[in-house]
Amino acid sequence: MTTTASARPVTTAGPVRRGPAARMAALGRAELTLLLRSRAALFTAVALPTLMAFSMRSLVKGLDLAGTGLSMATVLLPGALAMALFFSIYTNLVGVYVTRRESLVLKRLRTGEVRDWEILAGGALPAVVLALVQCVLLAVGLTAVLDAPAPKAPHLVVVGLLAGVALLVIGAALTAAFTRTAESAQLTFLPFMMVSMVGSGLFLPREVLPDAVAGISAWLPFSPVMDLVRGGWTGDLGGMDQARALLVALVWTAAAAAGVRQWFRWGPRH
Amino acid sequence: MDTVIETVGLKRSYRDFDAVRGIDFTVARGELFALLGTNGAGKTSTLELLEGQAVPTGGTVQVLGRDPFRDRAAVRHRIGVMLQEGGFPPELTILETVRMWAGCTSGARPADEALALTGLSDRRKVRVKQLSGGERRRLDLALALLGRPEVLFLDEPTTGLDAQSRRDTWDLIRELKLQGTTVLLTTHYLEEAEQLADRLAIMHKGLIATTGRVADVVAERPSRITFQLPPDRFLGELPPLAPMGVTRHTTENGTVLLETRELQRTATELLTWAHRTGVTLHALDVRSASLEEAFMEIAKGLDNEESR
Repeated sequence: MTTTASARPVTTAGPVRRGPAARMAALGRAELTLLLRSRAALFTAVALPTLMAFSMRSLVKGLDLAGTGLSMATVLLPGALAMALFFSIYTNLVGVYVTRRESLVLKRLRTGEVRDWEILAGGALPAVVLALVQCVLLAVGLTAVLDAPAPKAPHLVVVGLLAGVALLVIGAALTAAFTRTAESAQLTFLPFMMVSMVGSGLFLPREVLPDAVAGISAWLPFSPVMDLVRGGWTGDLGGMDQARALLVALVWTAAAAAGVRQWFRWGPRH
Repeated sequence: MDTVIETVGLKRSYRDFDAVRGIDFTVARGELFALLGTNGAGKTSTLELLEGQAVPTGGTVQVLGRDPFRDRAAVRHRIGVMLQEGGFPPELTILETVRMWAGCTSGARPADEALALTGLSDRRKVRVKQLSGGERRRLDLALALLGRPEVLFLDEPTTGLDAQSRRDTWDLIRELKLQGTTVLLTTHYLEEAEQLADRLAIMHKGLIATTGRVADVVAERPSRITFQLPPDRFLGELPPLAPMGVTRHTTENGTVLLETRELQRTATELLTWAHRTGVTLHALDVRSASLEEAFMEIAKGLDNEESR
């Protein structure tokens, strides 16, 4: 051990302060390294959405879409994008947050300059980028394979995806709050994902659900995301419906954030 | 004197347990202050309050003139923290871990410098999961030093280190202190406090039992002389004990224990008597008070007080 430590001179004018962006970039970079070293997480995040998209294709083929105003493309494309969001962000991040908490990484990070929300957001960065890149690739790829038309209102697709990203990152933190161990994180993502798949119309459009169920399912957390993304492709989502979808997404995201504030733990339970 | 850390009536309670029950102390700039105590004495709970990890249940705490919890943005970039048990992602290498931490730290040292300080330069490419417990402690210390902190909080910094690494860490802490860093460390190694600390506080069950300069805390305790008399000799044959400076004496299983605050005088008179009378004192042991004895007696005294 050499002793050449040069202490900072005792002054109040410190060196250049690191901002939130720099801190989150550093955390995101470390988290990306970890994702690339975890084969299981990488498979879930990268391969599953594509596999699901292609297996959904035969399922959608068998649907009776007459009278719903939907086509193969406007069912399959939004569903595939939603899958990419779920597997890259939600499933992945529940595990990331729980593992980092149980191995005392979050506790150690909180002793430094980085703030709580930066820890969660910085850790989510690689997952979010990966999800959005997959969305672009899937959209382009499926459009080519299905010979589908381009989205009529692309801005709604973008707004919908961003709403989905926010909801799923915060939702993953909330789910992690109720997940004790890294092992149980392989199950605890299922309930919300199942409810969203069926209720919010990931696999099957909500238009094919019985009316009573469809009425309720419109208010589920992930439904506005599907409405916006699908509406972006069909171009037939009215102004009121757009506003309502945004509002529902906002309320659910805010509620989940409040839940994270209330229940998220930064260290293991003793 | 420039006060860097100050607590007044500091308390911390968990649901059914008062971990810190009202403690006051100050640490001046450039001082090394040690918090000693057995497990559960409240050292870590106190440290977390100083680091701004938690809000006190009662009392106040100031670090660098600020509330470390409420004014965290003004305090955090000036302090360095090493937890008793901090975690790092097992699949990152040492260098990647330091880089991640540097990205979150204002005015961070170059990673290589931090690793050289803690003797980890050769291990920079090794993943955290392959490190020994001692190496992990040193990595933790490297991160605490990364921002060239004015105040360093070290929670049991050498626990789990082998003897050589412990001495290296002591050297490093001394060097940082020479450069003006204020250090607050907890330890249950009394030798560590004796080696490093300017002042210390001994905590017991959430309270400070005694505080002061190391030499003063030790000086409050008597020195001890023990020996065995030959079977045909009796304690009564010694010269009168009180004039020799003996404050207390006991005999147990043939071993005589004399306590004194004037070790040299008492020892001289005892040995002079033995020489004059031709008595051999078996198993003779003459020792000054140590921090260890001070510590044990304070803990014992407090327990007796509580059970009374």
